[in-house]
Amino acid sequence: MRSFTRTHATEVALLAVIAVICTVLSFATANFFSLGNAFDLLNTSSVNIIFAVGLLVVLVAGGIDISFAVAASVVQYGTAIALGWIGGGGWVSGLVIAGSLGICLGAINALLIHRFRIISIVATISTFNIYFGLLMFFTKGVSIYDLPEWLTDRVVLFEHEMADGSWIEITLPVLVMALCVIATWVLITRTTTGRQLYAFGDNPEGARRFGINIGAMQFIAFGWLGLMAGIGGLVQAHYAQEVVPNALYGRELDVLAAVVLGGARLGGGKGSVLGCVLGVLLIAITQNGLNLMGVSPFAFKMIVGAIILIAITLSNTSIERLLPFVSQKGARR
Amino acid sequence: MGSPGCWAGFGRPGMSLQNGIGHTFMHQLATTGGSEKPLLSLHDINMTFGGVKALRNVSCDVRPGEAHCLAGESGCGKSPLIKITPGVSRPADGASIEYDGETYSHMSPVTAQDRGIQVIWQDLALFPEMSVAENIAFQTVLGRWPKPVDYGRMRKIATDALERLGITLDVDLPLKEYAIAQRQIVAIARALVGEAKLVFMDEPTASLTQSETDHLLDIVRGLSAAGVAVVFVSHRLAEVLEISSRITVLRDGALVGVYPAAGMTQSRITELMTGKTFDQQVRAKSRQDQPVVLEVKGLSRPGQFDDISLTVRRGETLGITGLLGAGRTELAQTLFGMLQPAAGTIMLDGKPVRFSSNRDAIKAGVAYLSEDRLSLGLIQPQSISDNLVISSLGKIVSGRFLSDERKRKLVAGWITDLGVKIGLQGDAISTLSGGNQQRIAIAKWLATDPKLLILDAPTVGVDVGARAGIFDIVAKLADTGLAIILISDEVPEVYFNADRVLHMAQGRIVGSYDPRSVSLAEIEGAVYA
Repeated sequence: MRSFTRTHATEVALLAVIAVICTVLSFATANFFSLGNAFDLLNTSSVNIIFAVGLLVVLVAGGIDISFAVAASVVQYGTAIALGWIGGGGWVSGLVIAGSLGICLGAINALLIHRFRIISIVATISTFNIYFGLLMFFTKGVSIYDLPEWLTDRVVLFEHEMADGSWIEITLPVLVMALCVIATWVLITRTTTGRQLYAFGDNPEGARRFGINIGAMQFIAFGWLGLMAGIGGLVQAHYAQEVVPNALYGRELDVLAAVVLGGARLGGGKGSVLGCVLGVLLIAITQNGLNLMGVSPFAFKMIVGAIILIAITLSNTSIERLLPFVSQKGARR
Repeated sequence: MGSPGCWAGFGRPGMSLQNGIGHTFMHQLATTGGSEKPLLSLHDINMTFGGVKALRNVSCDVRPGEAHCLAGESGCGKSPLIKITPGVSRPADGASIEYDGETYSHMSPVTAQDRGIQVIWQDLALFPEMSVAENIAFQTVLGRWPKPVDYGRMRKIATDALERLGITLDVDLPLKEYAIAQRQIVAIARALVGEAKLVFMDEPTASLTQSETDHLLDIVRGLSAAGVAVVFVSHRLAEVLEISSRITVLRDGALVGVYPAAGMTQSRITELMTGKTFDQQVRAKSRQDQPVVLEVKGLSRPGQFDDISLTVRRGETLGITGLLGAGRTELAQTLFGMLQPAAGTIMLDGKPVRFSSNRDAIKAGVAYLSEDRLSLGLIQPQSISDNLVISSLGKIVSGRFLSDERKRKLVAGWITDLGVKIGLQGDAISTLSGGNQQRIAIAKWLATDPKLLILDAPTVGVDVGARAGIFDIVAKLADTGLAIILISDEVPEVYFNADRVLHMAQGRIVGSYDPRSVSLAEIEGAVYA
């Protein structure tokens, strides 16, 4: 157990912060502490979690991506058009198309970074602008409401009415999210490729000396994020039941903040799927709680910002340093 | 051990190695007399880096199970040479690498590892965020196509490898939880996985303490005894002589020769490496007639140093030596205001001073050249001139703003004074060699007009040839009246260059020596006892 708290300090700290916030909120509001609300949170957070696990892979490999949310919007349009060509399609064809488009857009980033040696933040800020500019130019800012029926119909996989009258619902986005989370976890912790990604992010020169294929690492990381962005984009279109060109604009920073909050390091080599999911949930819970407490939505960003700072300080600093009077002699190596 | 016996019975070791004839003879003996077939022979290795020839027609060999040392100043081609065999660098066409019965024109990292060639890099090339087990058993996650990771097997491989070295570490903890000496062990353990036949070690002892170094040398001996050939690169000539059976010396990218270690001396290796002769003489002088600049009484910091009293006079160089962890650096940092003493007084020019930060200390005329110059003392990507003026910006102000003209003049003055070899003032500091960087670091502090200069391990990462230059500067500075504290864990450095030598152990001063009346061996005996 001690070893777990030591190797998973961030996750433990996040769980603690989430527990504290949940306790406070369950006393402060009437509706927060219900299963119905918990499942609601899961449903609304699905898209962000899908994006977050994708971004995690890029951060682990030592990169950063600003363009994925806009890329997801591009995928939404591309998929909507492609589905029109093939005459409607279904979930399978939709996910395949969206995923492939996403991978292509991610590969463009990887190409710029690997082939032309542009650092990832610069490369993806450029593609962010290019993707968004192209999208606005070609769509003229017009949304698509005319989506295939299968895409806009809510798919409830499981529902159950609770004694208090609230509903527990598991919808399709939650299932897709769960699959993405599991797939990412398998990729980065259970496959040799995933460990190579960690190693590459941790010490690129060390990885190179082992003969790890650096180019492949970039394409896998950004390709995976592209795949997740594509899937997330389709799920978001399903959830919103429309495709709006700037709907996801700005989402990249929210997701990035949540992933970093979850313990991923901007320098690479560090981060876990669990931490990443907890990071997204912490922010979602805070927003949800503030909402239920009737706090002005204008104050959300400010409070969320403060929570991120507090949580990151907690997870980066040992308890002894924050509270010197509880320190025990010899507790530290 | 694995060293060939062909010259072991030849006269008495060291018989006539000091003179040229003996050395040529032994050289031939060493290169031609090997009865064993070499494990590795490199022929006609040439390499060019950005227009500079890093290696010129180098040929050498390594025998199975021998401890072989590669010596030379930095920039002599050691690092490029050891990158050839593991396949990290590719030599120019025409080279041949004969290894264990096969000939290659160049290696690839994968082939090299498959064939039992391992490297422990100077920067260790480890993955600090990953667990100890993964670092050691990293080979198991290599390969082009994804495979499932077998953490159980990794843990077993790692535990076995550590056991072979007689070390216990928690293999599940991330490597960053361990100190540098243990990371070094991890790097070695990693090299042992997968039946290594040839292990390269690039400066493995650079950041280790004496006892850690001893332990490492034992490990190298053990490897050698087990039939693993070790090629060892080190700046520390004493350990080179202690550990290796043969020494290959490089200078300016070309081979000087391959020499048996038996009978070799440190000064002889230095001569071969630099092509110059150095005779070290005790520089100590009495400064008793000079006024006291620094007087410290009963200075203590719990757990770091205890009841330290010392004086340094104008123009005097006080040497402080002792093993790493003796509290030397903490003492220096306290004198420089970076740490606060728990008890005791510091008097500067007869007046008691209390520094609440190093800004106060700089203002009062104390300068401190930190131990870790590369990470703490100099800002590597910034220019030479910016680094030099960083502590004395007040001097180059004209009106309200910094003056480029004044900066240029100040920098030019110091560069001439200290004989620094630079390209342009605007070049990044990282373009300079270790010795020249150290001169810039010294100049940076001299520009603040100090009364007291504290030099903490000033020759770490500086070549043998350039070290003498640094100490020439130190001697000149002392003659101008600067009081100097010279801290080093290499006893000969303080012995030859200080006027008095204090020995620190476990936070206390346990001995005081005058180099004019004590032999080097006597101090070394006390320090390394």
